Amino acid sequence: MSLWLVILLAGLLTYGTRLSFILLLERIKVPDWFRRGLRFVPAAVLSAIILPELATYNTTLDLSLRNPQLYAGALAVLVAWRTKNVLLTILAGMAALLLIQAILGMANI
Amino acid sequence: MISTTPKHEFLRGARDEAPILLGVAPFGLIFGALAVNASIAVPLAQAMSAFIFAGSAQFIAAQLIGAGTSGLVLMMVVFVVNLRHALYSASVAPHVQYLSPGWKFLLAYLLTDEAYAVTITHYNREGDATYKHWYFLGAGLTLWTTWQASTALGIFIGAQLPQDWPLGFVLPLTFIALVVPALKDKASVAAAVTAALVGVLTFDFPLKTGLLAAAFIGILTGLLVEGKPK
Repeated sequence: MSLWLVILLAGLLTYGTRLSFILLLERIKVPDWFRRGLRFVPAAVLSAIILPELATYNTTLDLSLRNPQLYAGALAVLVAWRTKNVLLTILAGMAALLLIQAILGMANI
Repeated sequence: MISTTPKHEFLRGARDEAPILLGVAPFGLIFGALAVNASIAVPLAQAMSAFIFAGSAQFIAAQLIGAGTSGLVLMMVVFVVNLRHALYSASVAPHVQYLSPGWKFLLAYLLTDEAYAVTITHYNREGDATYKHWYFLGAGLTLWTTWQASTALGIFIGAQLPQDWPLGFVLPLTFIALVVPALKDKASVAAAVTAALVGVLTFDFPLKTGLLAAAFIGILTGLLVEGKPK
């Protein structure tokens, strides 16, 4: 099979998952809990992306207190909660990460 | 109903998507460079970003192509890695059901992690605005343009990013900024915390299936905590 065809089909499969419920949800009858569950999709999926990302440091899972991303992430949660401001959250998290990395870097030397 | 114009909504979507681009562009650059290094022809590398349009799936696909994996396996892998988009699809479906088929087909194409995160947060915060699909389009097209352009740049100039400048960290930070203010009741907090913890526990699962499991367990936990509606 040509690589072009493979990529095209892989793209169509991806598109199919993205299109699936947008087309289906109004046509099929879904149980009530399914509709109520939709409310939790953003919180659940994004949180399931966030914590493993924070916990992965130098490409390995590091849940120890030496992982600076965990502190920076915790600070970002606090800032997001208090300010509801995306840019401030990013800036605070990034600044915390760079600062902690710099301090740890100095400590290692 | 909030009265506004399509243009206004489009620009708001584009503006709200902007911060996350800082995290997305480096990944596009790296993907472009990685694809060329895996001896993928230049037009095909760019086509991967246009057809698949999903960062992690493209990274895995490029590596599989480099390793000479069969086409069927590659398609299966991409499909499984991108299954979470069906959840996004279900989640935005109630918001787009009034639109014409053309809009649905277009917005579905733009339904990436990053566009979804920004758009659904906006929808849940603002309720029903007349032109809210234009917001989705603004956010989605902004991300699409950045992804295509950064892929092209990565293909042609390669990725030379300073190692100790962790721009990728912008992604989880943006998601934090979007999720945390939306956790307004016990059930959503339970859904988020459970999903996050299961996500770490299932970190080793292949092909992002851990992410799917974590999302489902989080959603179920939310439903359980919420209890039956009276």
